[in-house]
Amino acid sequence: MLTNRRTVLQSAAGVVLAWMTPVPLAAQDARASRPAAGDLLVSTGDTTFTPLTPDDIPMDDTPTIAWCMTPNDRVVRNGSRLNRVLLVRLDPETISEATRALSANGVVAYSAICTHSGCDVGSWLPDEQVLYCECHESKFDPRDAARVADGPAPRSLPALPLTLVDGRLVVAGPFTSRVGFEG
Amino acid sequence: MRLRVNMTCTRRSFTALVFTTVGLTIALPAAQRGAPPPVPPGPPLPTPAILQAYQPVTAERLLKPSDGDWLMIRRTYDGWGYSPLDQITTSNAARLQPVWVFSTGVPNGHEAPPLVNNGVMFVATPGNQVIAIDAKSGRLLWRYRRPIPEDAVTLHPTSRGVALYGDKVFVAANEAVLVALDARTGKEVWTADVAENQNGYYMSLAPLVAEGRVMVGTSGGELGIRGFVAAYDAETGRPVWKTYTVPAPGEPGSETWPKGNQWKTGGGSIWVTANYDPDTHLAFWGTGNGGPWMGDQRPGDNLYTSSTVAIDVRTGRISGHHQYHPNDSWDWDEVSPPILVDYQRNGRTVKGLIDVARDGYLWFLERSAGPIAFVQGVPYVKQNVFRSLDPKTGRPDVDPARKPGTGKRADNICPSHWGGKNWPPIAFSPKTRMIYIPANENLCDTITGAKVAYEPGSRFIGATTALLLAPGADHVGEVQAWNVDTGMRVWTHTYPGSINWGSMLATGGGLVFSGGTDDRKLHAFDAATGAVVWEFPTNSGIIGPAASYIVDGKQYIAVQSGWGIDSRGMQARLNTLTRGAYPEVPEGGAIWVFAVP
Repeated sequence: MLTNRRTVLQSAAGVVLAWMTPVPLAAQDARASRPAAGDLLVSTGDTTFTPLTPDDIPMDDTPTIAWCMTPNDRVVRNGSRLNRVLLVRLDPETISEATRALSANGVVAYSAICTHSGCDVGSWLPDEQVLYCECHESKFDPRDAARVADGPAPRSLPALPLTLVDGRLVVAGPFTSRVGFEG
Repeated sequence: MRLRVNMTCTRRSFTALVFTTVGLTIALPAAQRGAPPPVPPGPPLPTPAILQAYQPVTAERLLKPSDGDWLMIRRTYDGWGYSPLDQITTSNAARLQPVWVFSTGVPNGHEAPPLVNNGVMFVATPGNQVIAIDAKSGRLLWRYRRPIPEDAVTLHPTSRGVALYGDKVFVAANEAVLVALDARTGKEVWTADVAENQNGYYMSLAPLVAEGRVMVGTSGGELGIRGFVAAYDAETGRPVWKTYTVPAPGEPGSETWPKGNQWKTGGGSIWVTANYDPDTHLAFWGTGNGGPWMGDQRPGDNLYTSSTVAIDVRTGRISGHHQYHPNDSWDWDEVSPPILVDYQRNGRTVKGLIDVARDGYLWFLERSAGPIAFVQGVPYVKQNVFRSLDPKTGRPDVDPARKPGTGKRADNICPSHWGGKNWPPIAFSPKTRMIYIPANENLCDTITGAKVAYEPGSRFIGATTALLLAPGADHVGEVQAWNVDTGMRVWTHTYPGSINWGSMLATGGGLVFSGGTDDRKLHAFDAATGAVVWEFPTNSGIIGPAASYIVDGKQYIAVQSGWGIDSRGMQARLNTLTRGAYPEVPEGGAIWVFAVP
C-alpha cells in the first residue's frame, strides 16, 4: 500500500479523533442496548431467566411480556423500557406471509411500546384478535405486522424477527423500525 | 476546525498537536473526554431591548393583573379564563385577521395558553420546549429545549403551560423535573427533581405560583403512582412541602382504603393546575381517579381520588375536600379544578366553587377557610350512572349495573371514560354571569375490568373500553352556556360531525373564543346568545386555551393550534365506529395571533 506523509498524518489524526470520540454509555451497557440477533427471550416476571420456547407462549391469548437476554453472558436487556417485547402465539396458517417470515412456530414478537404515546401494549382482545393499548385504545393486528386496526397510534408496532435455535426462541435481527413514539 | 488547520502543517506541529490534545483530554473530566476542541465562545448576543426592559412579575401583579396582561394560564387565580379587554366585540369580531403565526416545530397536542407579560409572550409546547416571542411582531426572543430521555414514561407528552414569577419562567418538564428559567435569557436557573419518572411519574401541568412557592403535581394514574402536590421555593428550588392525595395508613382519609397496599399505587394524579383563593391561602386541586381502574380492587371511597382538595399553599395541609364520586371505576379523573365564583342561591350569595366534572355533572359547591360544602349537582350531558345525589352531601347513588368490576362488564355507561368534559378548562364571564363549557355529548362506553399486576413504570389499568354513540345521536361536540346564579343552561351550540376539545376564553367584548373541533377552526361566539360571529381555520386542531392581551394599545387574541393526544384518540375511535366520518386531523404546532385591523 502506497502512503505519503499526508496520509500518515491523516491516519494518525484519525486515530486521535477515534480515541477522542466518546462511546455512548448506552452502547456500553448491554442492558439498555436494543435486542440483537442471537438474543434469547425471558419473561419479565421470571427471576430464573429461563429462555422461552414456543410452548411457553399461550395460543391466541394475552401476550407474554419479555426481555431479551444476551446468549453468552446472559445479560438481561431490561435497562430500558423501550426493550420490552410482547410475544403472541398464533396459528401460522392465519398469519400474513410477510409476518410469518418474522415468526417462529407461530410466535410473533413486537415492541410493547405503543407508537402513540409510549404506553405499554399488553392486552389482548380475544373477540377481535388484536393487541390493545389500554391508555388510549389503540389496537394492533398481530397477524399482519401489527398494523394499526383502530385508535390513535400513527404506525405499526415494530416487529422483532424471531427464529428457533435448539427449540428456544431466538432473536433473528433488530427491530424492523424505530421503537418509541413521536413527539 | 482548528484540528483541520493543523493537519496541513508540519510533522512537528502535528506531533505537538497530538501531545497537546492528549494532555488536554486527560485533564478533562470523563464526561467531556473525547469531545472536539471547544470553539471559543463569541461575544454573547445582546439581549433584545424588550427583554432588557422585562417587567418582573410580582405577587401583587399576579393578584391584580393589568387588563392587558395574561400572567398565568387562566389569567387570574380564580380560574375564570376571562379577559376584561373589550376592543374586540361582537360588532367587529367578524373582521379578525391573523397578525402573525409561528411554527413550534413539534407535533402532538399543544395544550398551553400563551402567557403575555408587558409584550413578551411565553409559550410551552410538547417536547419540553418554551418559546419567548415578541407578542406584537412574532419575533423569536429565545427558545429553551430540554431533551426528553429516550425511554421517559410520558403517556401525555405535552405541557399545559408555564408560570411566571419575578424574573423567572417555570415549566414542568415531562420527566418530572421542575425547571426555572431566566425570563430574559431562557437559561436554566435551577431544576428540581420532583419524582422518579421510571416509576411512572410524569408531568404535564403548568406550575402554580402563589406566596413565593411553585407548586406542581404529577400525572401517572395509569401507571400505579401515588398522587401528590409538592411546593418549592420559587427563588431557590428548595422543596418546601409535599402532600399526597392518597393518605398513608393512619392519616386522615386512610380509613377509606383497604388494609392492604393499595394506597401505594392508588392514583389521584394531578393533571391540571389548581385555582387559588388568596383570602384563605387555599389552592383547589382536582385529583385523578383511583388506580387501577376497577374500584373493587381497592374497596372503599378512596379519598382523595376524583375529588377537589383544598391545600394551604403555606403548609401543604389539606383543609377540605369534596369527592365527586367515591370508588371510581369509570376513569373519571376529576382533572379540572373548580373555578372560584360567588353566585346566588336561594336568596343568598354563596362563596362558590364551580366544577364541570368528567363524571357528567355540573357541581356547585361552597368554599370556606376549611371544608368544602355541597350545594347542587346537575347533569350537563347524558349521565346514567348516578341514580340520584344525596341532597346534603352530593354523594351519588350509583347504579350497580353501570359499574364495571374485575371480570365484570358494564354496558352503555354515559358519559364515556373521557367524560362529559375532559381537561380543557371552562371560562366565566362576570358580564353575562355565565360559564362556558366545552362538552362532548352522546358518547358512552362499555367497560370491562380485569386483574392487573403492578410493575413500576408500566401500565396499571386493568380495563378495556368500547366506545358507543348514544341511540339517535346527531352530534357530539357542544359549547354550553350556564347562568351561575340560576343554575340553568342558557344556550347550547352543537358541532355536527365534530367532537369538542376546545378550551374556553371569555372576554369583556362579549365574546367567547374556543377551538376544539376537527375542522381546525378557532370560533368566536356571542357570549350572550351563542351565535357564531367569526371562525378561522388554522393549520391543525386547537385544543389549547386562547388568551388575550394588549401591546401598544391594541388588543390581540393568541392561541396555539396543535391537535393530539386524547383528542386524537377520541377522533380515531369515532372514525372507526362511524366508518370514516371522523377523519384524521392534521398535526403540528403553531402559535396564532389575531387582531382587528
